[in-house]
Amino acid sequence: MPEEPAAPGADAGTAHAALALGDDALVLSHRLTEWAGDAPVLEEEVALANLALDLLGQARNLYAIVGDEDALAFRREEREFRNVQLVEQPNGDFAHTIARQLYFSVHRELLYAELAGADREHPRLAPIAAVAAKALPELAYHRDHAATWTVRLGDGTEESARRMRRAIDALWRYTGELFEPIEGLPAGLIDPAAHREDWLRRVGAVLEEARLDLPDAETVPDRDAWAAGAGRQGLHTEPFGRMLAEMQHLHRSHPGASW
Amino acid sequence: MSDTPTEAAAPTAARTPAGAPWPLWEVFVRPRRGLSHTHAGSLHAPDAEMALRNARDLYTRRGEGVSIWVVPAAAVTASSPDEKDPFFAPSADKPYRHPTFYEIPEGVRHL
Repeated sequence: MPEEPAAPGADAGTAHAALALGDDALVLSHRLTEWAGDAPVLEEEVALANLALDLLGQARNLYAIVGDEDALAFRREEREFRNVQLVEQPNGDFAHTIARQLYFSVHRELLYAELAGADREHPRLAPIAAVAAKALPELAYHRDHAATWTVRLGDGTEESARRMRRAIDALWRYTGELFEPIEGLPAGLIDPAAHREDWLRRVGAVLEEARLDLPDAETVPDRDAWAAGAGRQGLHTEPFGRMLAEMQHLHRSHPGASW
Repeated sequence: MSDTPTEAAAPTAARTPAGAPWPLWEVFVRPRRGLSHTHAGSLHAPDAEMALRNARDLYTRRGEGVSIWVVPAAAVTASSPDEKDPFFAPSADKPYRHPTFYEIPEGVRHL
């Protein structure tokens, strides 16, 4: 069972947190990979593949803390995945993909910046701290890429602005979950809820430059409800099951094969 | 785009009108231990900012400590192949034009 931490020195709590963060990275990486061959222009094709590869690398490093990477990625059921629901949302149009990336990258940068130094107070978090430190420059680039495109589309043509606006609003309800506590991380040290204000400020600044507004009660009726899902508890939205079936199909068809 | 100072200083960063094909950019890269920028290739991008980002992905694989220059291909003037001979006339028969009679002092690097 994936619950068993196999890596030396990783206690159950650290493994639990590493799994949740690893799931976020793996699922978003897989979604980005679905763009292969479909991106608007060749250069963006390369950029999206780059983001996907970065995230896949992060996922692998985090899974290595927990146990067998392949077993974790390919042999768990939907209910065992602990990723936030934001990352499993379908790509939609290009604006949708960019909005999802903006929300996630800004958040992950804040979280990893804290985690990168977490081992000073809690030596047991050293494996996660190492992954976070390595991932920070990558995430800074992801954020920059997403912010650049948000501005281009939001402050582009009438059509691109309309689509960017729509994507920002549609994915808003999945952002609340980013600020829920992560099981296995000491609450006194890492408090995701404390990132919300910073996150709002940073996302707001990008949207302002893109001449878009943060969603309000009028555009997104449940804006204040922050309708966070329960991805961390293994409860996912409908598209996730299909994504997983596609991702795991080959591995499940040939159990035990080596690649 | 907002008018950031860097943009104001770089007229080539003007935005491509919607629907227009993206212009061609030439990319020059200086490797981390390199001394000078070398032409790495070219790419299409709507403006300089995007060209830089794309060049990073395509030509540097994000190695730390490199420097990238992007130049609109239209801004490059090349020597014409027809004038090759007079333009690059060899000076091999004029030894006084070659600085081969000097000892290189200790401690001078990159010469």
